[in-house]
Amino acid sequence: MIRVALPAHLRKLARVDGEVKLDVEGQVTQRSVLDTLEACYPMLRGTIRDQVTQRRRPFVRFFACEEDLSHESPDAPLPDAVATGAEPFLVVGAMAGG
Amino acid sequence: MSRVRVLVGTRKGAFVLESDGKRERWDISGPLFAGWEIYHLKGSPADPNRLYASQGTGWFGQLIQRSNDGGKTWEPVGNRFVYDGVPGTHLWYDGTPHPWEFARVWHLEPSLTDPDTVYAGVEDAALFRSTDGAQTWQEVAGLRCHESAPSWQPGAGGMCLHTILLDPSDPERIFAAISSAGAFRTDDTGKTWRPINRGLRSEQIPNPTAEVGHCVHRIAMHRSRPGVLFMQKHWDVMRSDDAGESWQEVSGNLPSDFGFPIDVHAHEPDTIYVVPIKSDSEHFPPEGKLRVYRSRTGGHEWEPLTKGLPQRDCYVNVLRDAMAVDSLDSCGVYFGTTGGQVYASSDAGNSWAPIVRDLPAVLSVEVQALP
Repeated sequence: MIRVALPAHLRKLARVDGEVKLDVEGQVTQRSVLDTLEACYPMLRGTIRDQVTQRRRPFVRFFACEEDLSHESPDAPLPDAVATGAEPFLVVGAMAGG
Repeated sequence: MSRVRVLVGTRKGAFVLESDGKRERWDISGPLFAGWEIYHLKGSPADPNRLYASQGTGWFGQLIQRSNDGGKTWEPVGNRFVYDGVPGTHLWYDGTPHPWEFARVWHLEPSLTDPDTVYAGVEDAALFRSTDGAQTWQEVAGLRCHESAPSWQPGAGGMCLHTILLDPSDPERIFAAISSAGAFRTDDTGKTWRPINRGLRSEQIPNPTAEVGHCVHRIAMHRSRPGVLFMQKHWDVMRSDDAGESWQEVSGNLPSDFGFPIDVHAHEPDTIYVVPIKSDSEHFPPEGKLRVYRSRTGGHEWEPLTKGLPQRDCYVNVLRDAMAVDSLDSCGVYFGTTGGQVYASSDAGNSWAPIVRDLPAVLSVEVQALP
């Protein structure tokens, strides 16, 4: 079970409280996690990744295990702690503004 | 007695303001989509309970929301806006080629007859259409594929398609306006388009009378007379009596002919409204006095409407989509400001009162007259 923590705006959009729990088939990567997330919550399509290029939106970051994974390959395996559900995969709105 | 529903888009959410036909007491609901920019929301003329809203942020991109019950509940619908084919380039601010990139939906224009058909004007400038209630979108690519498109360039707010006018007398005719490319018209439901900017003069471009490149801020028409168009350009208020084939300046005695919105009285096709702004570098009312100007002669002769509006120390702006009129017997006029006020007049502009004073900056105002 993969745990995904969404920012407040996206939790509200997806109508969820707290973390989202996902069953991800195959290797646990950014791409497989986000594919599963968008399949379960189609209203999130386009909010984290561009719908055409599938690239991370510029003001969205991915953190886990106290590491910034934003610039890792979307097909790189996520840390074991994320794959086992010990730690959440954090989708974060970049700090910006005043 | 009729009711009115005013739909307000702001920098931080949407608000719905409702009143009976007297338009004196208002129920205010919101914020809807709190924290998101709501560039525009508008109801279907064919079904007033069908509303569409453009929701977005720089963080999480563009969403479209739809309501089937007059705004009580909403559901996110399709937000996949993909340019047709290889989009190519337009000009950037510095005059160099820049790839076409979707940024946001500025304006939603529901069909006059079908609640499931709606148009979206987007940045970078293009027109999209949905025929399934905004679940899916297809580009009306004939506009962006016009031979002049590689020379289009953004205005200060981005290269946005902000005005979509559907001709009630001819379902194949659509007018669109782009900052800063100008006005365009199709007579074949979007297959082909041509610029309709003859008579415009813009000193900010190398050839002031060029076919394209004009920063049109807003165009308005009266549905009984769709061949007559009124335009607030960057500078200059203009009028066309031949569906955009030619334009004449009608700025007349306005204290400034810079501004953003323009609208037409619901029952008097020659009564029009603008909000003069001091200049392109000082986006606030001249002399700190918030004045709507009304012409009852289709331009040239203008009168200031000030009763109930602040006449000192007012430095707000009124954006291009932030003015609307209702169709009650005594025409109501509404506008919102970047200071968060929404003003209403139930007597065609003779007097004004704020419906609400302290919203986030207002981006758009639309109004529906309800049975």
